[in-house]
Amino acid sequence: MTDRFVTRGFEGRGRAPGSANRIPPGQHEIKDFPVLSAGPTPHTPLEKWTFAIEGLVDQPVSWTWSEFLDLPAQEFIVDISCVTKWTHLDMRWYGVSVDLLLEHVRLDPKAAFAIAFGDGGYTTNLPIPDLVNGQAFVAYRYDGQPLSAPHGGPARMVVPHLYFWKSAKWVRGIRFVERDKPGFWESLGYNNHGDPWKEERYSGE
Amino acid sequence: MRAPLAWQIATVTAIRQETATVRSFTFAVPDWQRHLAGQHYDVRLTAPDGYQAQRSYSIASEPMRTGEIDLTIERIEGGEVSSYFHDVATVGDRIEIRGPIGGYFVWEAAIGGPLLLVAGGSGVVPLMSMLRHRTGAGDHIPTALLFSSRRRDEVIYFDELESLRDADPTLRVFHTLTREQPPGWSGYGRRIDRSMLFDVLAAIGRQPRVFICGPTLLVEAAAEGLVGLAVDPAQIRTERFGPTGV
Repeated sequence: MTDRFVTRGFEGRGRAPGSANRIPPGQHEIKDFPVLSAGPTPHTPLEKWTFAIEGLVDQPVSWTWSEFLDLPAQEFIVDISCVTKWTHLDMRWYGVSVDLLLEHVRLDPKAAFAIAFGDGGYTTNLPIPDLVNGQAFVAYRYDGQPLSAPHGGPARMVVPHLYFWKSAKWVRGIRFVERDKPGFWESLGYNNHGDPWKEERYSGE
Repeated sequence: MRAPLAWQIATVTAIRQETATVRSFTFAVPDWQRHLAGQHYDVRLTAPDGYQAQRSYSIASEPMRTGEIDLTIERIEGGEVSSYFHDVATVGDRIEIRGPIGGYFVWEAAIGGPLLLVAGGSGVVPLMSMLRHRTGAGDHIPTALLFSSRRRDEVIYFDELESLRDADPTLRVFHTLTREQPPGWSGYGRRIDRSMLFDVLAAIGRQPRVFICGPTLLVEAAAEGLVGLAVDPAQIRTERFGPTGV
């Protein structure tokens, strides 16, 4: 890459040899867990919390908090990349895989996209192939503790192979639709898909 | 037509020391686009071996300043990009940037007010762009800034905020110093809390448009305090930075 621009006097901290190939381009590894939210943190009482699968399904389904806790859950250890440039390796979550949730409904063949929605009006859109086959889960514990409200508790989506804004905080359900519809950040200049390895940060890249 | 948000090479034309750990850099931007106050730029540094580091920095300058932008950058301990700016970068250096970026944490005079800005430390930077934009464009809009810093000599833009306030009866500026207050200090001397927010709301009205930027705990406290004082959550926009163990 002889034509690459080089910044005068910048050497870089260099990369830890073991993790370099796990850090997507333009990202850097951190060990803490920043909070990023567009507004105040919602606090929905657990007795009023539900999680719904709706839209293009044969029969919508909804779980209360205690029903949701009764669903088979498992630990997920995944790497998370936020579009604000941080990557945190080996984050330890506990929750229910989307595959398992989808066993409770039959998707209409016309369904092609999913809208994850949460308290506070947040939405994010995903193609169905990005949600299934072990790629996404609804987490309610992080690092051995109940997921805190600033991090999206009581429960958030986690879609580790996409930038973290695709992992809807305070998630209350998934709506299946035929046609794609940009969600909150996707309508405000951020990429519609958000693959960190392709650096799909902003619209049109 | 160029692709949106293409990288371009900007030139550092001025550096201003704001506090011991904060500097403002003026960049001449060849393919300059007018930004909205509150937006940011991405900065990319490239080492000779091809290693690259990227960070996002809020724009401090007002959108009317054609052809250039100011980024105010705080030195982060161990931060490879902020240390570069504080230890290496000089006037004349060429830096890759792209922007402006962000469409939610933004304000322009046409959006109106009253406006409540709450800042912690370098979280004041995007809010300063709003205040600078407001001067001239919307200085009839009642506005309050509540600005939390640790010590008096860590208050970014202190003198400019004083002169903005002196020149404009519709702008109120409230400072709080959380660690140490100089003798004769007339501002607050504690972390942002509900009674402080109550005072500020009393000065500009109870249903302002709110922008809060700062460390996570400050943003949480301010946002929850305002919701507790019956400010509409939909009118509160936040931007958070800094580590948290929560």
